[in-house]
Amino acid sequence: MPVDSSLVGRAYPPTRPYPVSEERLRAFAEASGGSWEGGPAPATFPIVLAFDAMNDFLEAEQVELRRIVHGEQRFTYARPVVAGDVLTATLTVATLRQIGGNDIIGTSSDISDADGALVCTATATLVHRGEA
Amino acid sequence: MSAAPGAGALEKGAVLEPRTFSVTRADLVRYAGASGDFNPIHWSERVATSVGLPGVIAHGMFTMALAARAVADWTDGAEVVELGCKFTQPVVVPDDEDGVEVVVGASVKDVADGLVTLALEVTCGGTKVLGMPRAVVRA
Repeated sequence: MPVDSSLVGRAYPPTRPYPVSEERLRAFAEASGGSWEGGPAPATFPIVLAFDAMNDFLEAEQVELRRIVHGEQRFTYARPVVAGDVLTATLTVATLRQIGGNDIIGTSSDISDADGALVCTATATLVHRGEA
Repeated sequence: MSAAPGAGALEKGAVLEPRTFSVTRADLVRYAGASGDFNPIHWSERVATSVGLPGVIAHGMFTMALAARAVADWTDGAEVVELGCKFTQPVVVPDDEDGVEVVVGASVKDVADGLVTLALEVTCGGTKVLGMPRAVVRA
């Protein structure tokens, strides 16, 4: 079922606050074969927040995660994520088009700290694969 | 290999030493746990093929994380200001001990205003898997 085109411009509620612990950063770094010994988080760590926001969006719109393939991802950082941050992500549907039976969904998630200051903007293109 | 001199020492046009990473099914499971991305296309052959994929594929964000690791190595952990790519080809990961190799290369596209722009090239089996991968770091 195609995603409703009236969703463009809709903002979803902020994700549940996510406390960034040292353990989380270490586990994330080690999961891509690296290490984390303190300091800035790995650059792609904000995807954890963006992914939470995407899951909330998919659930709200009753889209199956297994039908989603990641098409594009961009991060623009106001500052690095560090241990001790408590982050939330707010997702907005930026664009939506249909190509060859697939929905191409453009999203933008603002990731903010406990003071409400922007830490990172994560924009993603999600390809929602239509039923074969 | 000598220690990375940091982003400030990079000159426009420089070609950086490629990094090679192996990716196995176990790596994908571990990344799923650490990132919270449990999409079954990254661990179930049955689900992956049922939605038209050639097999279990790596999380695009796992490949991007490897690219970010290479950037951190080359720049001695310089602050990343922008990072982005398209996911143009899937990285299909076989169910065996060796998995596949992902190679991350880069050239210095620009150095200006205290920022260094790296044009990356990320391949698997000789095929580019990311489209226009790019990182901007502070010099």
